[in-house]
Amino acid sequence: MAQEEINKAVSGEYELGFEIDIETDVVPPGLNEDTIRFISKKKEEPEWMLELRLKALKKWEQMTEPTWGKVDYEPIDYQSISYYAAPKTGGPESLDEVDPKILEAYNKLGIPLEEQKQLAGVKVAVDAVVDSVSVKTTYQAELEKHGVIFCSISEAIRDYPELIKKYMFSVVPMTDNFFAALNSAVFTDGTFVYIPKGVRCPMELSTYFRINALNTGQFERTLIVADEGSYVSYNEGCSAPMRDENQLHAAVVELVAMKDAEIKYSTIQNWYPGDEDGKGGIYNFVTKRGICEGENSKISWTQVETGSAITWKYPSCILKGDNSVGEFYSVAVTTLAQQADTGTKMIHLGKNTSSTIISKGISAMKGQNTYRGLVKIGANATGARNYSECDSLLIGDQCGAHTFPYLESKDTQGQVEHEATTSKISDEQLFYLRQRGIDEESAVSMIVHGFCKDVFNQLPMEYAVEAKALLKLTLEGSVG
Amino acid sequence: MSKVLEIKDVHAKIGEKEILKGLNLDLEPGKVHAIMGPNGAGKSTLSKTIVGHYDVEVREGDILYKGKSILEMEPEERALEGIFLSFQHPVEIPGVNNAYFLRTALNAKRKHEGKEELNAAEFLREMKKHLEMLGMKADMISRSLNEGFSGGEKKRNEILQMLMLEPDVIILDEIDSGLDIDALRAVSEGINMMKDGKRSFLVITHYSRILDYIKPDYIHVLKDGKIIKTAGPELVAHLEEHGYDSIVEEV
Repeated sequence: MAQEEINKAVSGEYELGFEIDIETDVVPPGLNEDTIRFISKKKEEPEWMLELRLKALKKWEQMTEPTWGKVDYEPIDYQSISYYAAPKTGGPESLDEVDPKILEAYNKLGIPLEEQKQLAGVKVAVDAVVDSVSVKTTYQAELEKHGVIFCSISEAIRDYPELIKKYMFSVVPMTDNFFAALNSAVFTDGTFVYIPKGVRCPMELSTYFRINALNTGQFERTLIVADEGSYVSYNEGCSAPMRDENQLHAAVVELVAMKDAEIKYSTIQNWYPGDEDGKGGIYNFVTKRGICEGENSKISWTQVETGSAITWKYPSCILKGDNSVGEFYSVAVTTLAQQADTGTKMIHLGKNTSSTIISKGISAMKGQNTYRGLVKIGANATGARNYSECDSLLIGDQCGAHTFPYLESKDTQGQVEHEATTSKISDEQLFYLRQRGIDEESAVSMIVHGFCKDVFNQLPMEYAVEAKALLKLTLEGSVG
Repeated sequence: MSKVLEIKDVHAKIGEKEILKGLNLDLEPGKVHAIMGPNGAGKSTLSKTIVGHYDVEVREGDILYKGKSILEMEPEERALEGIFLSFQHPVEIPGVNNAYFLRTALNAKRKHEGKEELNAAEFLREMKKHLEMLGMKADMISRSLNEGFSGGEKKRNEILQMLMLEPDVIILDEIDSGLDIDALRAVSEGINMMKDGKRSFLVITHYSRILDYIKPDYIHVLKDGKIIKTAGPELVAHLEEHGYDSIVEEV
């Protein structure tokens, strides 16, 4: 009996499923050289970029889709997807040129694009991406004063070709995997960040991705380079309309941290998850990787994954510099019929490198949640240390949790610790809270928040508030 | 004589098994009622039935609280109306801060009663008063709810919640089990502080030890799903000496 009530409590409503009513330029479905040329031309790219894209397409055509993930979905027809969609009106130049409907939609999403309207009173620079284009990037002028480059990747390819040539594909090679190769061929927009030597980025940077057009995919590419001794905290968020058709999102994120630099990358992923029968929702196949290039550098990934029908994502760190640090903090929620196969790779190459993995998987209803992680300690990585903790929380008895930790160690002195637990929100825990006068919704939410606490503590404050609210919404919403 | 809780001919099942078989019991305001009985008599089922635990299915009979039936009420509604159960085995909830939990519970009750919610500072001031009396360390409030608490700490934490929530009917399910003498004293002191001539207590116990500290007004003997005898505190000595088998059901 208690179980039915819990199920009712976890089939949360998706509140961001509206469609922005704007005219969109959409390229006809299909993927071939012409598609690539079309995208490259739309983006006014130099010839060298087009060549790279075409090379990636050729490679991709020879690759096969991976099947090792513990996710089950209908085959994707890559020729039925449209690879470019852009709002007809509005350009990235000034706010006046952005379609008011887009501004309104972003306000509705809680991401104001007017610089004076700050998120929770804190200055946050935003790059707003709708379908295949960046529609607005805020605070660029102020950031420029500090030498910080914050722009769409399309602009960066035109304006900073040397940086792009040097770093793009340097962390995630073009042919790294099937989805990365696809992205390398067709990527449309995304964000480029460069923090110069010794600069602590004066505000939080963020990108908000919105899929809006029908039958399109979103293929963004983000590159963040933190030069020696610099610091940046970057956050990404996303959402999409509710549709019965699945939509593909295949992104690539590359991070480069030089000596003494630190990059903190946080994600709140809230793509449309589909319905409880598994109809609709975003297929989220993402490659995220950072390299700690220099000594004492640090890369920290924090992700709160509540959306998408399918999630396939392993934000990773290559710890090349001596004493460098990699961190991965993750909360992944699968409810309805969602499936997530997510985790990280920590590749220890430098001496005295250390990594921490804290993964919290929550499954409810028919959700299937898999943690897949690799800790690799190279022959020269003397003194490497890793701590991994993978906890799963089950709500109900139709859902599943799976853990696949892999360890490869060439250094016998490396110190690796792994802990894993699986627990169930028990009737006894719920009853205890209810006996103290706390209603069932709040009780479920209290238990889940307690479970996720170690990860939420890693998020910047204003995003932690959002993440908590989102989690509450995902796991509640319909009790009453 | 008024009654705050009336249990009328209650038959209740857990799973397929009928455990309460026509149980009758009235609690009077301001009185301490002790329930004693052999293992398996239905003592814990009785407490679960009163607070509306999911495991229990009431087949027949009724339970009135302040004159109204509560059988259709959700567990949290019963709690907000003033029924409190000190659990025999308080459950651990990792990551949920003890003070945050208690403030949420207290404010839910205050809201229900139309009172202002307490802010964090006011709440802490209230709570600190009780911590000292219960001999609880200050760090207990910043730890996760019951997680890694010793048996004695868990029971003290139950009593702390009782003191803060100020319920009208207090059910103490085996509050004395697993307590050393110091913990037993502290817990009893907390309970005695709550006696105000209006509140009622239902003390469920195996042993008479706790009854030396919390003086009961009535002793009820529960056996095979029914109350078979009700008497004054003098019955305790008789039970100690002659056991439950010596009690014959009163008709």
